[in-house]
Amino acid sequence: MVKKLAKSVREYKTAAILSPIFVSLEVVLECLIPFVITLLTKAIKNEPDIVLGMNVILGMTGVFTYGGILVGLAIASLACGALSGMFCARASSGYAKNLRKDLYYKIQEFSFKNIDKFSTPSLVTRMTTDTNNVQFAFMMIIRIAVRAPLMMIFSIVMAFIVGGNLGWIFVGVIPPLSVALLLIMRKAMPVFKRVFKKYDALNESIQENVRGMRVVKSFVREEYEKQKFDRAATDVQVDFTKAERILAWNNPVMQFFFYTVLTTVLFLGSYLIMTVSGVTYNVEDISQLIVYGMQVLMSLMMLSMVLVMIVMSIESARRICEVLDEESTLKSPENAVFDVADGSIDFDSVSFKYSAAAERNALENVNIHIKSGETIGIIGGTGSSKTSLVNLISRLYDATDGSVKVGGRDVKEYDLTALRNQVAVVLQKNELFSGTIKENLRWGDPNATDEQLVEACKIAAADDFVSSFPNGYDTYIEQGGTNVSGGQKQRLCIARALLKKPKILILDDSTSAVDTRTDKMIRDGLKKYAPDTTKIIIAQRTSSVEDADRIIVMDGGKINAVGTHSELLGKNPIYTEVYTTQNKADSDKVSIGGGDGNE
Amino acid sequence: MNNRPPKRKMQKGVIKRTIKLMFAYYPHMMVVALLCILFNAVVSSLPSIFMYNVFTIVGIAAKNGGWAVYGGEVTKYMLILIGLYVLSLISGAVNKQLLAIMTQGFLKKMRERMFNGMQNLPIKYFDTNNNGDIMSYYTNDIDTLRQMISESLPQLLTSGIMVLTLFFIMLWYSIWLTLIVLAGVVSIVLVTKKVGGGAGKYFISQQRAVGKLEGFIEEMMNGQKVVKVFCHEEQAKQDFDKVNDFLCNESTRAHSYANMLMPILGNIGHVLYVLVAIIGGVFILQSVSNVSIGAVSDKDLLVFNISLVLSFLQMTRQFCNNINQVSNQINAVVMGVAGAKRVFDLIDEKPEVDDGYVMLVNAKEVDGQLVECEERTNLWAWKHPHGDGTVTYTKLEGDVVLTDVDFEYEKGKPVLHDVSIFAKPGQKVAFVGATGAGKTTITNLLNRFYDIADGKIRYDGININKIKKADLRRSLGIVLQDTNLFTGTVMDNIRYGKLDATDEECIAAAKLAGADDFITRLPDGYNTLLSGNGANLSQGQRQLLSIARAAVADPPVMILDEATSSIDTRTEAIVSRGMDALMQGRTVFVIAHRLSTVKNSDVIIVLDHGRIIERGNHEKLIEEKGQYYQLYTGAFEME
Repeated sequence: MVKKLAKSVREYKTAAILSPIFVSLEVVLECLIPFVITLLTKAIKNEPDIVLGMNVILGMTGVFTYGGILVGLAIASLACGALSGMFCARASSGYAKNLRKDLYYKIQEFSFKNIDKFSTPSLVTRMTTDTNNVQFAFMMIIRIAVRAPLMMIFSIVMAFIVGGNLGWIFVGVIPPLSVALLLIMRKAMPVFKRVFKKYDALNESIQENVRGMRVVKSFVREEYEKQKFDRAATDVQVDFTKAERILAWNNPVMQFFFYTVLTTVLFLGSYLIMTVSGVTYNVEDISQLIVYGMQVLMSLMMLSMVLVMIVMSIESARRICEVLDEESTLKSPENAVFDVADGSIDFDSVSFKYSAAAERNALENVNIHIKSGETIGIIGGTGSSKTSLVNLISRLYDATDGSVKVGGRDVKEYDLTALRNQVAVVLQKNELFSGTIKENLRWGDPNATDEQLVEACKIAAADDFVSSFPNGYDTYIEQGGTNVSGGQKQRLCIARALLKKPKILILDDSTSAVDTRTDKMIRDGLKKYAPDTTKIIIAQRTSSVEDADRIIVMDGGKINAVGTHSELLGKNPIYTEVYTTQNKADSDKVSIGGGDGNE
Repeated sequence: MNNRPPKRKMQKGVIKRTIKLMFAYYPHMMVVALLCILFNAVVSSLPSIFMYNVFTIVGIAAKNGGWAVYGGEVTKYMLILIGLYVLSLISGAVNKQLLAIMTQGFLKKMRERMFNGMQNLPIKYFDTNNNGDIMSYYTNDIDTLRQMISESLPQLLTSGIMVLTLFFIMLWYSIWLTLIVLAGVVSIVLVTKKVGGGAGKYFISQQRAVGKLEGFIEEMMNGQKVVKVFCHEEQAKQDFDKVNDFLCNESTRAHSYANMLMPILGNIGHVLYVLVAIIGGVFILQSVSNVSIGAVSDKDLLVFNISLVLSFLQMTRQFCNNINQVSNQINAVVMGVAGAKRVFDLIDEKPEVDDGYVMLVNAKEVDGQLVECEERTNLWAWKHPHGDGTVTYTKLEGDVVLTDVDFEYEKGKPVLHDVSIFAKPGQKVAFVGATGAGKTTITNLLNRFYDIADGKIRYDGININKIKKADLRRSLGIVLQDTNLFTGTVMDNIRYGKLDATDEECIAAAKLAGADDFITRLPDGYNTLLSGNGANLSQGQRQLLSIARAAVADPPVMILDEATSSIDTRTEAIVSRGMDALMQGRTVFVIAHRLSTVKNSDVIIVLDHGRIIERGNHEKLIEEKGQYYQLYTGAFEME
């Protein structure tokens, strides 16, 4: 996992290495500073002394010498600290950028099946929250995780240099403190893990409540919701308090050990100084020792905190790796075919299920042969697998059994891009993206001229309303296409697909919010301007498929019947039922207007 | 610069209110915790004094006498020191425990106040505020609030007290050296302002970049299937890189500043230390006489000596550390205040006003008279207390009359003009018209999500303004186009309509709505757990469930706002039987896109831009060959 995640460092490797190097330098300097400070105080004291085999420079000369060195060290340490901070910022921000990029690029390779597996919200979380957690851990690792242990080691070394055997006090205090800190963490972690889950659930329920406020108020459930919330909030409070109270012992434990070290050093030090008459130790050494003691303990504390952060980010790291490790279930074959001969489609005993674990096949032994240029209507109830059927044509999913052929070749033989450029799908859940109408249309053909855009919109019966906008084709579409109506959105999506000039055009319930007259205009336009394109129209209204060459009636994942409108009407019970419910009590056969509003 | 003072004022106000509330919720704990903080801070500043004493003795003892003579005195000081430490440990531990309890308790109280307050807010609030924004009160703002009360404020307080205590101790020892330290503090404050301010500024722009990136990711992930279908992957990657690179730059800048603050502050501390040492050294060597408060009683403090300077250096270090702590916490406090302010804003939102006094009660008929009763009968009555103390009971029938109703959501933008509608008990009234014609608005007025500007709405002859909102809404069942289900089982969701409904009642309602069929095919049937607004169900199935939910409530008046829009026509045919049964004997208001749904209504009202333009039953309107006829024949688009 670490290896996998480390791959994303790339061009930030230098910064990622420089940051700990400067941190190390900073630590060395920081540990030298108290040492020089001692020399400085000895110079102030003006008593002959030998440190590391050298005579201490006494008097004002010493004060200025050591003071100068100290200021120099401080400046150097400042520089190292600032540099390491900058490199750390660059490395961690850059790393997060690369990680997000890797995820995003990987997701671009995903097939529909991969996307379904993770679900859209989960992919969003992985690219945002999880990446942030890993970035934070990364930052900790290249800075604090280097700093803390180094600081500890250097401080102990310095303590031995200055204090001789007194240094053992520090070494001695590390194991019990580590054990104590680890025990606290071990006790707190499971509680935290549990409570974070509850906390998420609590926030989720708030979100539900906000979204469903009309329902809450309509059913006068305010008090009920308050009680429900109170229970959940109390539960979260109890657990959070428990976790925080355990964690709250960190500080006193730390302090306890610090005070112990401090008093021991002070007492032992004083005793030694007085009994050995200031030969081995003196006052300055003691106060210097205390500083090192503090540094040792602080580093230990930091280390334990970093450890917790890293442990907490492991789950996020795992979730990221899951995406990075995911292999696209659909790939272009080697020696792929790039030319799609024509718009003919053949289903040869095709069965399909969404996952190997699914009990029921979504499609069961489907056989149908569609000639190039034919117009095919598909009718069927919710869950009759109309969409599943057409999704196999552009190889959005692979058939579980049997084969799907386009232009006489199995779809698996084609290069995916080449195939999809020839098979345009207007999805049921279609989306426009934030940007101008022009930009959205050019998804179909990046090189399309303005005239071509207008032409496509005319066929899709979209030109009228687009031209009526103050900014026409430069009108900005808001995120999710919220500033155009459902029917307008659908027509724009059709125009976008038309610009691909495909050999096969699939409209998956793409005119449900469009009125019947416009619906007919679009169909007539398609017939006139794209006569050679194979058109497959999934619809809920029989009026949308009435004039198709053939109509496929789907039921429970199987083809129930195939035929023209007149062949099916009266003979096929499903088709007849759909037709009559939509035209009930209408002797003069007026078609049903208005949208079916499936948005 | 001009907007500085109000900002300060706001900060003070918010902090004051936060602390006041903490005191209100935890009067005793707060006092104890504050005492502990105070005590702990003072005690933590004292050891330097004892160290000074010990060092002084040791200094003397090293030359003459040694342990035998001075050992007792050293031990005495050591014992006092240990005593202080023990006290500090106890007070520190108590304080931390209390803080943990109070913080979580306080957060829970705030969450609850926000949530409870939110339940009483008018629908308008939810229509005009973004869901994401409301959510961030509960997530981001509560989080910064937690940070502030559990960490930043206590830390600030501790450091503040320590700074003060140390300051006085330093004055006690030497006024000259204290002045030097003060000069250092000024430079620390300046640096904090400059670097910290820079970091703050860039963090804000980083936050904006994060928002932009997350918005982009969300949009693209939602449209990922479209991307695939159009082979738009390469372009999508390029667009992503732009936004992603932008965030990376902003984040690098913000973190660089933030990361630099600590080394800079720490090393200013070191330089200050050197400065004090040099000056102290010079003073000692030159035997400069000291000016200090302590000198009055302590003759040792009259002249600079080694012990004094050493102790003072120790204090300088501690002093700087605490000043740095303060600078570090200030940013967090500023952010916490902003979060707390937003939390208070939500709590302070004006709740929905309800002046109604007419109540809905169970009733039974005794000798031809309506009498209120406790038990649930199938008879309901409006209990109407009058000014003279008398109480009248009116039978609940579902007779709804709108007379000359005008309404506007925003001033100057009228949505309904002179709308008059009469619905007799048991009638089915349908609204037809383009989006924005005012169909949903009428239903919003019936259950008083919004109040009318002019005109009158009467329910069983009573002005609905006189009816308690809760009772009014209880008498109206509503099924909306956007179905909202709640986390819980299918059964729980149906029972939402009537909390004391038995399982059998719920199943009967599901059967009535035509939902039983698909529910029984779910893995756990009625006990299937739904989450994420029923993400594992299709839109049509969700609508069936929400119809069942309204059915179990069994209200006399039903509002169906696009209730069947996502159910395909075949399923609708099945549901329609249930719907017909559901509508039997009730007054029903129907809004539907699909005209087949409204065709058999008693009255069809065609709305256009807030005015009623046609009214009548299907046959009549077809005959008139007006707007309805055109809509019906598909000449107009309903969007």
